[in-house]
Amino acid sequence: MDIESIVKEVMKEMEGPTEEKTINRTAEREFVYHFEKMVTVEEPKNKDSIAHAQQGTPARIGIGRSGTRMKTKNYLDFRVDHAAAQDAVFKDVADSILDKMDLPILHSKASSMQEYLMNLDVGRKLNEESVKWLKENAPKGKQVQIIVSDGLSSTGVEDTIPDLLPSLVQGLEAKGLSMGKPVFIRKSRVWIQDEVASLVDCDVVVSLIGERPGLATSKSISAYLIYCPNENSVEADRTVFSNIHEGGVPPIEAGAYLSEVIEGMLHHKASGVKYAQLKNN
Amino acid sequence: MKLTCRLRNETYQFRSIADVLAKASEEKSGDVMAGIGAASSLERMASKYVLSELQLKDIYENPVIPYEKDEVSRIIYEDVSAFIYKEIADWTVGELREYILSHSTNGNDLKRLSRGLTSEMISAVAKLMSSLDLVLASQKMKHQAHCNTTIGEPGRLAFRCQPNHPVDNPDGILASIKEGLSYGSGDAVIGINPNNESVASVAKILTMSHELIEKWKIPTQNCVLAHITTQMKALQQGAPVALMFQSLAGTQTANEDFGVSQKILDEGYELMRHKGTSAGLNFFYFETGQGSEVSLDAHSGVDMQTLEARTYGYAKHWKPFMVNNVSGFIGPETLFDGKQMIRCDLEDLFMGKLHNLPMGIAPTYTNHMQCDQNDQEIAGMLTTVAGANFYMGVPGGDDVMLSYQDTSYHDDASLREMLGLRPLAEFEKWLEKMGIMEDGRLTENAGDLSIFD
Repeated sequence: MDIESIVKEVMKEMEGPTEEKTINRTAEREFVYHFEKMVTVEEPKNKDSIAHAQQGTPARIGIGRSGTRMKTKNYLDFRVDHAAAQDAVFKDVADSILDKMDLPILHSKASSMQEYLMNLDVGRKLNEESVKWLKENAPKGKQVQIIVSDGLSSTGVEDTIPDLLPSLVQGLEAKGLSMGKPVFIRKSRVWIQDEVASLVDCDVVVSLIGERPGLATSKSISAYLIYCPNENSVEADRTVFSNIHEGGVPPIEAGAYLSEVIEGMLHHKASGVKYAQLKNN
Repeated sequence: MKLTCRLRNETYQFRSIADVLAKASEEKSGDVMAGIGAASSLERMASKYVLSELQLKDIYENPVIPYEKDEVSRIIYEDVSAFIYKEIADWTVGELREYILSHSTNGNDLKRLSRGLTSEMISAVAKLMSSLDLVLASQKMKHQAHCNTTIGEPGRLAFRCQPNHPVDNPDGILASIKEGLSYGSGDAVIGINPNNESVASVAKILTMSHELIEKWKIPTQNCVLAHITTQMKALQQGAPVALMFQSLAGTQTANEDFGVSQKILDEGYELMRHKGTSAGLNFFYFETGQGSEVSLDAHSGVDMQTLEARTYGYAKHWKPFMVNNVSGFIGPETLFDGKQMIRCDLEDLFMGKLHNLPMGIAPTYTNHMQCDQNDQEIAGMLTTVAGANFYMGVPGGDDVMLSYQDTSYHDDASLREMLGLRPLAEFEKWLEKMGIMEDGRLTENAGDLSIFD
């Protein structure tokens, strides 16, 4: 390298930072949050085996530490997931998604999200207009009635129901079972299915309801089924399938399975513990 | 018993002792939902004042749920020492508080006193105590129990390694156990909540965790937190159980909803004595928490805190190795926010200890509560200062099966380090042998699960 180019090189280096500083002051900066499973243990004995272990579970393992505390990015990942889960509870299911699935929108007695969360009873009963709507518009005396409930996760309804519902409907149709019009009930809990069943006079009522969101997923749906609920029904009469979402029991598979179960309940005229016993005999 | 209180030109009336107890509670959403909490701040204070003047015999003679109607009430009363009760029957609840806090009262005095108290008296005195009162009183009491390890020795803090997996994948569970062990978590128990409750599946996880413990010669105990009857079936079929789990509540109706009774618990204990793998003789791991009765509509008009105390009165009958309090697991309809959750943790730790129980705490929150990681860590620090025996250890604090947050492996290590507490004695030696801990501090190897490859 000749002297000239060395001088140029040095000049460039001297200019460099100055130039960069100016850019940082004036230009906009964009930060893109990104999550990727990574082994962040410092100098592990076997990094590959930790990476392999991470593939076997959604649990937060192989993340290492700073002293006894989490590393910054892992800590923020946790807080981001918590924030998403909190928002999932307080968000309503978008009307457009319900329209697309052709689901009429009914309402519980809960007038606000706060009331819904703090008073279990209001989410277990329909409001007057919804009762009237069901009386006037719902097909009566069918074998099966499907309810979609937001429960504690609107994200679950938005992400999982579009696959789960058609799969369940298709399964029931293939078995030649008669079905009322599926409905969506805003701010509703499981026990509201008893009131709906009595209003539409069906045999089996199934609620597809958004589960309490976790950090790993806020998309999970549970199905609660009961055969001819009445005032003597107890919790043990309900059959429950939980963990329906892409990372758990896949929605399409779950829909097909639920239609099998419903057929079995109609055959045995029972649900819950009674159904489980009859089925195994 | 009708009670009246004049306070600041107002007259407050109470229908019963149960009514006074409910209204004297610090505000909690579950008591509000049940329609039994105080209607105003001054009504709360009027009931606290009435409570402070009541004698212990007033509480003894007016059970909140009749003896004839409720198994929990029966066990509580039958286990009271009549001799010790007679010595203190004339004390007021206010005097009981001062006795507990007095410099001249030590842990052994409280251990004896405990046998003369009903659970309702213990709940009552806690209602007259502030956060500092509860922490200082809790510090005086430390109760030991033995399964394979000894829990509750002074200067030691234990953890349950809680390696749950959403669909019980054995490799996934194993990986989370190894991660936990590498942080020094797992001396209380390696305890897995199963997603699949079938006997075959529960037996498989029991065997897997037992074999891991054998292979690495870990001084601890295994447990799969299925329903007690499922664990009993697995045990009868020869599955290795070191510690038997069950959730308990404070009314007979709620326990029926949980599918548990004195008869089942007696059978479980006997079965563990004959077929369990551990030394014992403390064979049970119980979980409790404020709010379960109200969410099952089985509260009988009694406040959440008093029902929690009654749960402890019931639990101690079977001499458990661990009682874990999980107030905060249910949701905002029982505990609205971090403040209510922290208060519960302090009350429950104190009440459990005053029942002579080897208490641990799980400061927890769900995602629909007004609560976050900061509240949870505050509860963890306060109850560690107050001398809890153990906490849970969940990878990254995120239980991917039960969908709630609990203390993490990192928190476990932090709580020990903060107060210079050591793992359980046998387990500490094992950690040293494995190169994970030295002189009570984690080594460079800690946090690396591949040391168990």
